[in-house]
Amino acid sequence: MARRELLKVVASEAVGPYTLLRVRRGGLRPGVPGQFFMLKTPARPLPRPMSLCLAPPRELAFLIDPVGPGTRALCALAPGDQLSVFGPLGNGFRTDVEHPLLVGGGIGIAPLPYASEVMGRPPAILGFRTTWQAEAAALVPGAEVCVEPALVTDLLPEEPHDLLVCGPEPMLAAVRRLHPEAQLAWEAPMACGYGACYGCAVEIDGRLERLCIKGPVINGREPRGVTLAGDGVSTRRRSRAAGTAAPAGAETPRCSDLENPSRGERR
Amino acid sequence: VILNASGCLDALTAPEVARELDAFVSKTIMLAPREGNPPPRIAETDAGMLNSIGLPGPGIDVFVADHLPVLERLGVPLWVSVGGFSADEYGEICARLDEQVGVAALELNLSCPNVEGAPETAAEIVAACRAVTAKPLYAKLSAAQPDLAAAALAVRAAGADGLSLINTMRGLALDEGSLRPRLGRAPGGYSGAGLRPIALAAVFICYRATGGTMPIVGMGGIESGRHALEFVAAGASAVALGTVLFADPGAPSRVREELAAELAAHGLERLEQARGLAHAESVPTTAPASRPPGCQLP
Repeated sequence: MARRELLKVVASEAVGPYTLLRVRRGGLRPGVPGQFFMLKTPARPLPRPMSLCLAPPRELAFLIDPVGPGTRALCALAPGDQLSVFGPLGNGFRTDVEHPLLVGGGIGIAPLPYASEVMGRPPAILGFRTTWQAEAAALVPGAEVCVEPALVTDLLPEEPHDLLVCGPEPMLAAVRRLHPEAQLAWEAPMACGYGACYGCAVEIDGRLERLCIKGPVINGREPRGVTLAGDGVSTRRRSRAAGTAAPAGAETPRCSDLENPSRGERR
Repeated sequence: VILNASGCLDALTAPEVARELDAFVSKTIMLAPREGNPPPRIAETDAGMLNSIGLPGPGIDVFVADHLPVLERLGVPLWVSVGGFSADEYGEICARLDEQVGVAALELNLSCPNVEGAPETAAEIVAACRAVTAKPLYAKLSAAQPDLAAAALAVRAAGADGLSLINTMRGLALDEGSLRPRLGRAPGGYSGAGLRPIALAAVFICYRATGGTMPIVGMGGIESGRHALEFVAAGASAVALGTVLFADPGAPSRVREELAAELAAHGLERLEQARGLAHAESVPTTAPASRPPGCQLP
């Protein structure tokens, strides 16, 4: 059951270009990997959806890419500052799979450290645009890492695996072409995270659906799979111009930033 | 006295939030099912947000068959927001809802900035609905009306029982880098804190124009009990929460508690005593004790 509490920041740590924001857990449950929380600072009118990155004892930790006013405000929080945290929300990854393989790109690796912990450190493949971003790979024990121009799809093993994937949409689309049954964490701008605002609509099986309710993790095994408008490159492409990060489903830290469109410059 | 603004809460996905309200107002129901506008549909601004949701919904048939039975079990009075592309469509939907005992009131959405409206005037649409239902009819007007007072009087004359004030105002946000519109449909509806003074003025103007004879649901950027009290003082008989629900699903009970504290701080026992206080003749802070009441200016 999702709860909303005012929580104190324990620490704000630089991880490459990103910030790992650690907050007191309060009475919130960490949920399952891939679920997200709405984080709100007093500085901005709306909260931002962020997938849980780690669940240290008595803490919740979020990996945030400062790409717009909302994420910058979150990254600017100092120990002792308060923020509102609401969650866990949405549908996370199924973790009871036989041959798990975590696949992440850019800031889209955000939910994978927690997934790795919960699932007993399965193999992981992480891709980044820069070596600076790739510093975040240290959050996922034992991960195989590539930096562009190398792509995660180049490293996917031949043997069948159960993929849990979060990253920029072009990456999700590319992975899905190779592994139609992969669990993919998508992202969309989101004002509420609990189905109230209808802002996070994406096209799923030909219909516009609220990603916060239907996702952010969408199982590739659904009848006809995910067909984000434009076939894999969602209509939200503008907002995600920067692909690097990752949109993890609605949650992903970065992009979900409502302002994310501007990420183009980081390309 | 605390409702939700239509379209800002889905009681099917968040019934626990809806149960905290004094009445739940549905998302606007149209005749046919609608997908809504293409994404991106929302953008944050410095003092609020823009939306271009575009009234997605199941259409009146599915709403009555599937949603209504669930909403009726919420345990709070149900208001249905009604939309259409013509006065006939509004009337048809109202006629359907008139048969539903579980519907307490109808709010006519005459002012969505994201959907092409009906060609008829607000008053003509109200008249078409009045002809087919005895349920309380609230006309939801936009503050963008050139003469809001005249519009309020016109819908009252056409049979509206109450007013819902206000809807979002058209606004635009551009991307930091590309300078292109951030919403799929370019302009959207502006809501949140930035809308509050505009909404407060609309309530004030309509209360004065109608002499306080119509119930008014005030909304637009209300985030606290203090804000709610101001809307009531301006002339609202109830308030609705919109954008604040996105950031704070607990807002209904919080605002209710804060409002009670505000009333007490002003020495008021009941909300009705606060209604229209902004219209009271100005009372000098150091009132001459010698002046008899009869000397006050009209």
